[in-house]
Amino acid sequence: MPNRFPNLEASIRAVLPKLGIQLEDIDGASCCPAPGVIRSFDEPTWLALASRNLALAEMSGHDLITGCNGCYGTFKEALAEIHEHPDRLKEVQKVFKGMGLKYDGKVEAKHIIEVIAELGPDFIRKKVTRPIRGVKVGVHYGCHLLKPSKNRPWKQTQRHTFLDELVEATGAESTKYKDSTMCCGAGGGVRGSQIVVSVDIAKEKLDNLIEAGVDCIVNVCSFCHLQYETSQAQLNKELGEKKYQIPVIYYTQLLGLAMGLNPTELGLDRHVVNTQPLLDKILG
Amino acid sequence: MTDSISRETIDNEDIDPDFVDTIVKAGADRIRTCIQCGTCSSVCPSGRRTAFRTRELIRKALLGLKDEVLSSSDLWLCATCYTCLERCPRQIKVTDAIIIMRNIAVDQGFMLPEHKKASKKLLSTGHAVPIDDANREMRKDLGLEEFPPTTHSNKKALEQVQEIMKRTGFKDLIEGQQKEGD
Repeated sequence: MPNRFPNLEASIRAVLPKLGIQLEDIDGASCCPAPGVIRSFDEPTWLALASRNLALAEMSGHDLITGCNGCYGTFKEALAEIHEHPDRLKEVQKVFKGMGLKYDGKVEAKHIIEVIAELGPDFIRKKVTRPIRGVKVGVHYGCHLLKPSKNRPWKQTQRHTFLDELVEATGAESTKYKDSTMCCGAGGGVRGSQIVVSVDIAKEKLDNLIEAGVDCIVNVCSFCHLQYETSQAQLNKELGEKKYQIPVIYYTQLLGLAMGLNPTELGLDRHVVNTQPLLDKILG
Repeated sequence: MTDSISRETIDNEDIDPDFVDTIVKAGADRIRTCIQCGTCSSVCPSGRRTAFRTRELIRKALLGLKDEVLSSSDLWLCATCYTCLERCPRQIKVTDAIIIMRNIAVDQGFMLPEHKKASKKLLSTGHAVPIDDANREMRKDLGLEEFPPTTHSNKKALEQVQEIMKRTGFKDLIEGQQKEGD
């Protein structure tokens, strides 16, 4: 996120303290590393680097939080792996030998939206000073936020509503659309190596979103965000017309608007797909 | 009897009976319970638009058709959405099995060029997606530090990350790939 979407990062840093959550940076963190690619190439390297990031959080005495489903997937799965197989923890500790990294896997990894969901929609509703009226939102949860469900904190394994509820707490309407929980198509190294297939998956979701008449997509993942932002531009280029123009925004950008923050401070003027039509609707 | 149907023959020498053991040992422990019901294929977003069939991949793995599985680019069409893993009536960790097979494929030299590139970036910067000039500018404009507080702005941390990748063999794995690939 800091390397690809500083605008989303800015919205997280602006909004979370206003909800009473103080953020502390992990100094010297690396790539999570990406679960679809690095884990597919060499699982022990993936586990060791993920564990290093978790160790930095553990040593600081705080939970680790991330704003990306990919990072979230990596940290949740890396923790599950060492909890289920203590020999894997020993293997990681052996790699860390002499590096000054103390790691017992006692740290918690959370997604930003998980922390917000713990506060709850009623709490969010009280923070809203500028309700988002008359805006239809297509909510995209993203795969790794929810699955594999046995290593996730949600009450249900499917038919989730927590993000829809958090969106509606801002006053916006979460609109039903076909295959809303389907993958965005970016993960698993597919976007990186098989772009045609990847964009075609995004196209199916975008067509469903257009069909439902949404004013914007709300997501909570830097990779889903990238997929929707850049695929629309690419599809328009291929088509030679501007069919795909759904603004793609991150949850803390929507919440920030509802809390009266200005669009620039939330990085909303830094999108691939123009967010102005949405902003006009919200700000009048 | 002859007919017009072409029947594919599986030669004994194409079968590696140890292949499935390796997959089981690496964590996909229930793979042998597969009943070929096809739920995995039917929920797969990649399979909706390509010839990739998860069921076929699992069947080939069970048969021990190691080379065919590892050399196929289909192995890289899985977006790791985990829907098949969630829905499998035999509770097979299908996505994990695919990731395990990918690991074996990479170990045997099957790696896509784009994936080598991302790995090289991770080796040199600590990020599979390093920062670029446009995003450095954006960070400054938004009042954020020009470089995030990651391996990008911490040399010692980068060296530590690189040392870890050396110890786990990732450096040799990728640089070995590079030599073969170039």
